[in-house]
Amino acid sequence: MGSYILRRLVSAIPVLFGITVIVFAIMALIPGDPATAILGSYATPENVEKLNRDLGLDRPAVARYFIWLGNMLTGDFGTSFSLNRPVLDEILERFGATLILAGTSFVLCALFGVLAGVVSAANQYGWADKAITFAVLLGISIPSFFLGMLMILAFAVERRWFPVSGMYAIYGGGGLGDLLRHLVMPATALAVVATGVVARLSRSAMLEVLRQDFIRTARAKGVHERRVIWRHALRAAMVSIIPVLGIQAGFVLSGAVYIEIVFQWPGVGRMLVDAILTRDILLVQGGVVFVAACYVLFNIVVDVAQSLLDPRIKT
Amino acid sequence: MTLLHWTRRAALAAGMASALALGAGAPAAAQTPPGVLIVGQIAEPKALDPAAVTAVNDFRILMNVYDGLVRYADGTLEVEPALATDWEISDDGTEYTFTLREGVSFHDGSPFNAEAVVFNFERMLDEDHPYHDTGPFPLAFFFSAVDSVEAVDDMTVKFTLNEPYAPFLSNLAYPTGLIVSPAAVEEHGAEFGRNPSGTGPFTFVEWRSNEAVVIERNPDYWDGAPELEAVVFRPITDANTRTAEMLAGGIDLMVEVPPVALSEFEGEQFTIHEQAGPHVWFLILNTKEGPFADKLVRQAANYAVDKRALVEDVLEGTAEIAAGPIPPAFAWAYDDSLEPYPHDPERARELLAEAGVENPEVTFYVTEGGSGMLDPVAMGTAIQADLEEVGFDVSIETYEWNTFLGEVNPGLEGKADMAEMAWMTNDPDTLPFLTLRTEAWPDAGGFNSGYYSNPEVDELLEAARVATDQDERAELYKQVQQIVQEDAPWVFVANWKQNAVTGASVENFALQPSFFLLLDDVVKE
Repeated sequence: MGSYILRRLVSAIPVLFGITVIVFAIMALIPGDPATAILGSYATPENVEKLNRDLGLDRPAVARYFIWLGNMLTGDFGTSFSLNRPVLDEILERFGATLILAGTSFVLCALFGVLAGVVSAANQYGWADKAITFAVLLGISIPSFFLGMLMILAFAVERRWFPVSGMYAIYGGGGLGDLLRHLVMPATALAVVATGVVARLSRSAMLEVLRQDFIRTARAKGVHERRVIWRHALRAAMVSIIPVLGIQAGFVLSGAVYIEIVFQWPGVGRMLVDAILTRDILLVQGGVVFVAACYVLFNIVVDVAQSLLDPRIKT
Repeated sequence: MTLLHWTRRAALAAGMASALALGAGAPAAAQTPPGVLIVGQIAEPKALDPAAVTAVNDFRILMNVYDGLVRYADGTLEVEPALATDWEISDDGTEYTFTLREGVSFHDGSPFNAEAVVFNFERMLDEDHPYHDTGPFPLAFFFSAVDSVEAVDDMTVKFTLNEPYAPFLSNLAYPTGLIVSPAAVEEHGAEFGRNPSGTGPFTFVEWRSNEAVVIERNPDYWDGAPELEAVVFRPITDANTRTAEMLAGGIDLMVEVPPVALSEFEGEQFTIHEQAGPHVWFLILNTKEGPFADKLVRQAANYAVDKRALVEDVLEGTAEIAAGPIPPAFAWAYDDSLEPYPHDPERARELLAEAGVENPEVTFYVTEGGSGMLDPVAMGTAIQADLEEVGFDVSIETYEWNTFLGEVNPGLEGKADMAEMAWMTNDPDTLPFLTLRTEAWPDAGGFNSGYYSNPEVDELLEAARVATDQDERAELYKQVQQIVQEDAPWVFVANWKQNAVTGASVENFALQPSFFLLLDDVVKE
């Protein structure tokens, strides 16, 4: 097992290296440069040239790539042009907020998605199954940012149950209660689509397992139906549900971009969008590499978890 | 089914519990405390160092923390004393001597004096200054005419310019000219932008990244302490979310309300503020090649575009029709006798016939959005329809803002016949000087992307720049406006009215024509 994990980690290195090349190339190729973005109306060729020199952007792209890569290997992600602070500080601060949001959504989608799938499968073609299938279809079909805006209108503007945006109250905020109150709407909006996907796949995974011989045997032995479903069937179905959860983790992480904008959540997604618009090259590059590294790492964790759960998967 | 029963009960219980825990105390969360003004900003500030920033969004905070030597008088774009009580300009217009205000201290306790002023300008302009590395200072060229700054005595400072430069005083009133505490720069170095210290009506308290910048009342302010206890600036980038926060009472003051959202605030709980500013929205026409090389065709385009429909329908009344290249907000330099080109499709067709062109094909650069660009896609398509009605054949090419600037700023030659553009400036000199002179063609480092050239305009603008007498300058600018309107190197479209909404508890708030946000007189119950 240890050597399997090690092999997976080593194989992630070329992936990350490829990501650095791609993100650097994209930022170098897209039109528009930070100096123009900073100077706006005042971007005369002369002013742009001077500012590019001040920002260290007058060197050739290949040289800039290796300087960037070299610095990053020593933990120096550079300084953001648009925020005037170290890129890594900004990413770490923001990533905490994204983890709270995406993590909560992930837990919600795993919990409610699997629950709905199991209930659906256990009542196949019953009214509960039909209701859940309908709700799932609806959930999958609504774009999360639109749902977010509807939730703001209904529960923050019309009925002031929850705050419109932000992570903590601006005045006298802080603490877990305040955080949860701000978290309910964005986490729910973000979780809905993923929950639908998990519910659908859990349902079919469960149905497949429920048709198998060992389930019939368990029932014939007189095992209580609840125990058959939750212990015997779900455990076997989990093998095919877990990879889906892994994909959904990536989905909530990327979906957080929209939700962070709608709810003004101070996370990495919003940071990346702002950084792209202001052509804050180092912040975009650093942010993408960081998020990609997390995603790669998470995938390794999922694969390892799956191999632990299912001995048939070769390590 | 027992299974389902259990699940439903659990879900109900969980739902009730969370509703109780989270919902119960919530309505109070929307209330903002009295004496504390919460401002919804459009973005996170870059830094709170006035020499280092370029965005109006950042200026809104800075103007309340710092003072300049001079400032714009309330409600105008006329310069009045601030940290300098008086000044003298030498006859040749190259020496400005300022008498400084006595007894003013920076928020960190260090004294404001001539040395502090010298430090500020040398930090920005002198590459050998020990704190020049706290930059870059992208707008330092506002003061590129400054040759030297010297402290004549403790309370007198003299600027020597390398040539007469009339906009110098209004550039000093711009945020780039705000005076920072040298002691704070020395203490924090490159981190000064997050630890600002000035002489303004409010002192900096804290900056919680991506959440809020908090400033509080400076009880010792030389111009009278402000009424508010504190101001909190919240970045809310999404306009819909900003609108929702305002409706829900989460913020007290919202700037840059999208035109479509204005109707939400018509009730008694809200006040809508509007103020025309030094902004022009126009179409650059390529006067070098293609159909617009002919003045008659350019005039035809000006007659063809229905500006009233643009400002009233597309922009929902958030702008006024522009008549010429200088916005009316510069009241002293604006020519009141200038009438905008009326919407007259018949006249446009006649001019096209007179010019001998039939269905001229034009390529039109449109941007998706950008600083001061208002609603560029909707405006672009409306303009396309107006032009096609009189016989133009218009094809639109749309670009994201920074890409757009990269295409337009180097000049339209060989690419396009017209392009959208908007400018906001602090002096009537800036825009025509950078965009209408022959010397300002893109290859000479200017923004004259349409290659307009009229030696008479060049001469008038040069003369206005070296004249230090305001009346004399005004006369020259009025002549420029007449000639440029007749030559029609642009289609003059709109002057934006900045807007803001305040909640019922906010009083004494007014927008400024400078588009700065001044909060020292505001009261909140």
